[in-house]
Amino acid sequence: MSLLETQNLTAHYGDFQALFGIDTFVDEGEIVAVIGANGAGKSTFLHSVTGLHPGAGKAVRFKGQTIGDLGAADIVKLGMALVPEGRRLFSSLSVEENLMIGAYGRKGEGKWNIQTIFELFPVLERLKNMPATSLSGGQQQMVAFGRALISNPQLLLCDEVSLGLAPTIIKDIYGIFPAIKEFGTSIMVVEQDVQRALSVADRVYCFMEGRVTLTGKPSELDQADIRQAYFGT
Amino acid sequence: MLSWIDAILQGTLLGGLYALFAAGLSLMFGIMRLVNLAHGDLIIFAAFIILFIMDSLGLNVFFATAVALPIMFTVGYLLQKQLLNQTLGKDILPPLLVTFGISIIIQNGLLETFTADSQRLQAFGIETISFPIGGGIAIGLLPAMTFATAVLAIVGLNWMMYRTEVGRAFRATSDDPSTAQLMGIDNNRVFAIATGISFVVITISALYFGNRAQFDPTIGAFRLLYAFEAVIIGGLGSLWGTLAGGIILGVAQTIGAKVNPEWQILSGHIVFLIVLVLRPRGLFPRAVD
Repeated sequence: MSLLETQNLTAHYGDFQALFGIDTFVDEGEIVAVIGANGAGKSTFLHSVTGLHPGAGKAVRFKGQTIGDLGAADIVKLGMALVPEGRRLFSSLSVEENLMIGAYGRKGEGKWNIQTIFELFPVLERLKNMPATSLSGGQQQMVAFGRALISNPQLLLCDEVSLGLAPTIIKDIYGIFPAIKEFGTSIMVVEQDVQRALSVADRVYCFMEGRVTLTGKPSELDQADIRQAYFGT
Repeated sequence: MLSWIDAILQGTLLGGLYALFAAGLSLMFGIMRLVNLAHGDLIIFAAFIILFIMDSLGLNVFFATAVALPIMFTVGYLLQKQLLNQTLGKDILPPLLVTFGISIIIQNGLLETFTADSQRLQAFGIETISFPIGGGIAIGLLPAMTFATAVLAIVGLNWMMYRTEVGRAFRATSDDPSTAQLMGIDNNRVFAIATGISFVVITISALYFGNRAQFDPTIGAFRLLYAFEAVIIGGLGSLWGTLAGGIILGVAQTIGAKVNPEWQILSGHIVFLIVLVLRPRGLFPRAVD
């Protein structure tokens, strides 16, 4: 049984159909990447899985349980956390409060608590009383990761975490993946940066126009296939 | 000279009552961006509930209020959960229409049930107790209690907003309701709790209002207006600003009344207008919209 499984997942915005039957799975301990161009349906896919976009029905299963009809707040409690695109920190909360609120719905047993988050990102401890949105982009991304990790999720979903960040900071952010994985958290990253995604992932899905166009281990995929699946040319 | 000091002092104490009116309104607006047009009528509703409990259980006004508090919390919680949550969204019109409708229902419901007679919450004679502080100036016990309660309410609400988990959830949901869900926050439940707390403050303000003045089912709209003015003068989203706004409004009214008794209400409105013109976002704005 996979940790997360989607079967024939579709999603609509009014009359517009964004996903056309997506089949994916994430096994325990895996890092899975979803790549694709703008508008390929990557974010819609994450929103459907996390319950932010309703209507997934029976197409999404988490730990063997159908979750497509649950609200986002209930899905979090089952052990799935999202690092949202654009970080979406709470502007009226301090850094420390942003981290603490991540544990609001799920005080999961595990490694991650406010102390271990500060050990993972020492810079945040010094800034803990600052308004979260006054931090630099990279530091805000650390808060967003900490906020998601503190619920001790079994599956961590990361939506475009490298967007708008300097390359050295992106390297730092991806540098924490082994530490996250070490404590039994599986990770699904959604990325536009194909090389970055291939370098970190155990398996890759490529999306185009709401469909999976390619899947496999990074070592088994060649550049031409990826280009074909990514751009359709 | 002394009579002016007296006017300012009494106005400040009156401002405590306005701050209590305003705190509940400010709370609901701050967390849900919901302008509750039934706020004034709910104050009158709460006063009648207290009166009903006093009469039917034979309790004094303070014990009756203590009984009314959990009842009103539940009424607020259920009203938000079952009705008002359905009106929240991008459009600000539905909550205005629905709370306006609630206001009419409350007024007419109270008229049917309690008639149009003026009522008062009697507090076993302590209304008349006052302490002279020299120079012919005296402070009434009830106005002093009203003011102290208003300060305590603001301190308490601030503590809740900034020091408790539910307060963090309030602020997070107010910032970004959709991301708040990703934290496991059930927005509908959080909003229901916020309205319940607002109804608790409404009930406390009803206790002091019903004690200070006579009330009948039709006078809610003016309480809404004072609450509104106090919130706007103080600045949206700031609880301390709401206290300051209430005091400014109260002082403006008593000073106006000192000049000419007919000017009491008018001078409050004029100060409100001046603040609105000079500082459209209020004196101590916090919310950024």
